[in-house]
Amino acid sequence: MRLSVNGRPHELPDGIALTGLLETVAPDPRGVAVALNGSVVRAAEWPATPLREGDMVEVVTAHQGG
Amino acid sequence: MLEVAGVQLAPMWLGTGGLTSLETVRRVVDAARPGLVTVSVRRTSDTGTGSLLATLRELGIRVLPNTAGCLGAQEAVLTAELAREALGTDWVKLEVIGDELSLLPDVLELVEAAETLVARGFTVLPYTTGDPVVARRLVDVGCAAVMPLGSPIGSGRGIADPHTIEAVRAAVDVPVVLDAGIGTASEAAHAMELGCDAVLVATAVTRAEDPVAMARAMRLAVESGGLARRAGRIPRREMARASSPMRGRVGR
Repeated sequence: MRLSVNGRPHELPDGIALTGLLETVAPDPRGVAVALNGSVVRAAEWPATPLREGDMVEVVTAHQGG
Repeated sequence: MLEVAGVQLAPMWLGTGGLTSLETVRRVVDAARPGLVTVSVRRTSDTGTGSLLATLRELGIRVLPNTAGCLGAQEAVLTAELAREALGTDWVKLEVIGDELSLLPDVLELVEAAETLVARGFTVLPYTTGDPVVARRLVDVGCAAVMPLGSPIGSGRGIADPHTIEAVRAAVDVPVVLDAGIGTASEAAHAMELGCDAVLVATAVTRAEDPVAMARAMRLAVESGGLARRAGRIPRREMARASSPMRGRVGR
């Protein structure tokens, strides 16, 4: 399936949950937060959150800034 | 001591944008001894994960996430919620920018976002204009402080119109934190002399030739300005007033 991760196209096998994606995108999940289609998904819910074709995923962390 | 939402904080606040390495972050924080440090929230694909936050945690500094760069209420609310999840704090420095050239706040979107976030349990510290009416609106919807700008972000022009800061100070009974525009230490002192409770400095420190020395200068200036405010300045006079006695002068 094709989805968007941080604004870029991303290819994943069908049936992968959010945790599966994060293993590659954010190997160290400390200080990381995720939004799926515009809503925050709490870390505890990542394993039980399936991904679907066309999903928009944002993975963010703290960065230097004013 | 400055108190925001029941938490006591040192009055020098530090932004981290523009610091080039984690080692510099460490040394600047050491010199500034800030009450808190602001961070932005960005995609991991553009940042890598973890390291800045880990460094700040190690230093024992309170971290205040911001919504820098957000152009509307909806985007700012989502960014704040992501920040709460990523950083484990319900404090947020709320920025809603009206345009990318001036970086001035969009105050209509700002009040709307503030109201939403307060309702969702956030402690909201909004970056706003030097407008007492807007400041009062922000407090009315539950903001824990207001953060008026001295001059545009990163401009280093100091406090363009001191009367606006005094007007905001007079309008609200929550802490007032001067945010944006500070270029050098005297301007940070000026903010405190005008009645601000704290000063947030970012660019002036991080892009100074010697960020560590400037961090220390800012901390001392903020302390100085606060002391001067509490000491009570003399009134301005039209004419001179001799400080030495006029009687007993030689040859008179």
